[in-house]
Amino acid sequence: MTATLTPEVEAADRQPTPPSSRVRLRRLWDRLTPFGFLSPTLILLIILMVTPIAMVVGYSLMDRVITAPESNFVGFENYVEVLTDPVFATAVKNTIYFAGVSVVAHFVLGMGFALMLNSPILSHRLKAVFRTIYILPWLFTIAIVAVLWRMLLSPNGIVNYLVTTFGFTESSVEWLSDPNLALHAVTFINIWSGYPFFMISLLAGLQGIPRDLYEAARIDRAGPIKQFLHVTLPQLKPIVISMALLDFIWTTQQFALIWMTTGGGPINRTEMVSTYTYKLAFATYDFSVASAAAVIVLVLSMVLAFFYVRHQKSRD
Amino acid sequence: MSNGARNPNRWLAFSASIAVVALTAACSSGGTTASPDTGTGDGGSDGDVVLEFAQWWEPELPDGVLRGLMDEFEAENPGITVELLSGPYASTKEQVVAGAASGTMSDVVGLDGAWVSDFVQQGAIADLSALMDDAGYDQTQLASQVQLDGSTYMVPVVNFAYMLFSNDAMLADAGVDVPSTRSEFADAAAALTSGNTTGWILPLSLEAPNGIQNDVMSWVWASGGSMLDNGQPDVTNDDVKSAVEFIVDLDSAGVIAPGAATLKEQDKVEEFTNGRVGMMISSLAHINTIRESNPDLEFTISALPAADGYSGERGTPYASWGIGVAENSEHKAEAWKLIDFLMSESSNAQLADAANAFPGNTTARPEFVDNDPIFQEAFDVWQAGYPANEFVGLPVAEQLMRDFSEQLQRVLAGEISVDEALENAQAAWTDEF
Repeated sequence: MTATLTPEVEAADRQPTPPSSRVRLRRLWDRLTPFGFLSPTLILLIILMVTPIAMVVGYSLMDRVITAPESNFVGFENYVEVLTDPVFATAVKNTIYFAGVSVVAHFVLGMGFALMLNSPILSHRLKAVFRTIYILPWLFTIAIVAVLWRMLLSPNGIVNYLVTTFGFTESSVEWLSDPNLALHAVTFINIWSGYPFFMISLLAGLQGIPRDLYEAARIDRAGPIKQFLHVTLPQLKPIVISMALLDFIWTTQQFALIWMTTGGGPINRTEMVSTYTYKLAFATYDFSVASAAAVIVLVLSMVLAFFYVRHQKSRD
Repeated sequence: MSNGARNPNRWLAFSASIAVVALTAACSSGGTTASPDTGTGDGGSDGDVVLEFAQWWEPELPDGVLRGLMDEFEAENPGITVELLSGPYASTKEQVVAGAASGTMSDVVGLDGAWVSDFVQQGAIADLSALMDDAGYDQTQLASQVQLDGSTYMVPVVNFAYMLFSNDAMLADAGVDVPSTRSEFADAAAALTSGNTTGWILPLSLEAPNGIQNDVMSWVWASGGSMLDNGQPDVTNDDVKSAVEFIVDLDSAGVIAPGAATLKEQDKVEEFTNGRVGMMISSLAHINTIRESNPDLEFTISALPAADGYSGERGTPYASWGIGVAENSEHKAEAWKLIDFLMSESSNAQLADAANAFPGNTTARPEFVDNDPIFQEAFDVWQAGYPANEFVGLPVAEQLMRDFSEQLQRVLAGEISVDEALENAQAAWTDEF
């Protein structure tokens, strides 16, 4: 008797045998290995970022957190309180002005100084001297910047001495105490302390632009302005956009400078979102509402960060 | 299939966005960190009790004074060791607030009267009345106690009185005497104002708004007035209104140093020390600072001028170095022993001597009072009046000062009237209460 195999049976015979447990373990190991390498970073991210952010979001939905033994879920009540507070609206307006003007001025000053330091007209020694001078504001910590400018702009300070001596004003100006000047004054201080970051980045970008692009432009009879508009700026565009987004994010979070120079005053003329949130937390001990304000700032920052990352990705 | 699955890059971008925000936040955060070591006191390796004592006093005292007192305490109480956690006032406050929030407050904490109400609400500081009863402590020797609902939560260890400092040379040049009434003060301030010098200085910074307590409400208390009615806000009363109007008149007369809205207490002392301001209301704690910075400056200390025609007792504003015990401390009895030691006649006098402050123990008499005529004068003023600081024990006291300061700044900027400012302040304070 001869046995014949049906086609189904033959096909079944050709199927691989189920993997042994050893093979399965091996595959699992291979699949988990990348996560093992990532685990230090993931653990740090979870402990240092995800957990605090989750806690703050949780606090923002409760009442009287931290200060009371028991707190209750109140939904979006704290958000409503923040968003309907006229001082918060003032703080947002001030923050947008402060950050917007700072970023534009950082770019203009940074670009101007970077072009100067990249110019072939200056000798290397002179460039080194200017580079050292221009970068100085960036080397001071924000506390020193605040103390320095408080002294310079004080009614008896050197700035008032100069403006009265040279006849710009008849009496000294209360730069940081005048409700109409204070916001401009702190914005100026922030511009002074922040432009070197732009300058250094743009200088690096300028030094990376191929010379032959300028040669080609000159052959096409492009003058210095056209070279700047059609070669330099397009080449620097990725750096400028990245820097502008980062600078905007950082400047909106500026706290120490405002706090140490004006404390958000006079009245609420220099109140920023950061000082508003700090006062809620550490002056009124209302950590729930402060958390809601912080989450709103986080969401706004995330929008900016999203554009930054998208831009970075498109560059890559 | 979800959008996310179709476009994983979008999710990547989103995740990266969060990371960037978190990194930015991490990078931009300041240097304020709570000590990881703050705790509830540990048993030492040999079974001893280790008490943590967080305060801002040590940096403000001559080197080694507080540590010396702690060494004395340790010698008298074998088995107890005191670990001092010292920092500037502002960082101590943040450390104590953070400790209160996380339940890791040091066993013994230096307190400002303005913090007490909030910490009590938080359940962060212990009822000292119970600890005193347990220890059989004689409370009559304490000059004052800060109480809420009948229980003591803070004991003022030393008190810094705020009085009027006048520059002798400037007064002599202007041909005026040390003022005793508001009218005399206004006249003196006007006489002292010329060129680069002004008669008075008023710090109204919103960062540290204690100018409202020391330089504004002090005028109310000096004339026997009050900003409270049965413990509730009452800043629209005639006493407060008359004091604020007096300050506004001084500003209109141009006798207040410019830049008030952002001036802080240290600016006030600096301007007086360098002779640009003729008079200031300041703490006696600044006497040594002034003498060190400008040894040639001759100045007089006197009681704050009162309203014209007022002849009653004058309230003298003061600030205290207070002390309390953390509710989470496992060694409350030992913590009380430390407070008992600091409030004893001898230790309290030593501490008051080193701090140039008036003692919290009624029987203690610091040496500086007998050795220094200026302090003798100040001590006489202190004893002739009564200690006045209505912000002690109020909820969110610092925010109350900030609310009032904002309204006063509006008046000085010409935006609103005194009545409107006081009504706004009253509404803001009522909300906070």
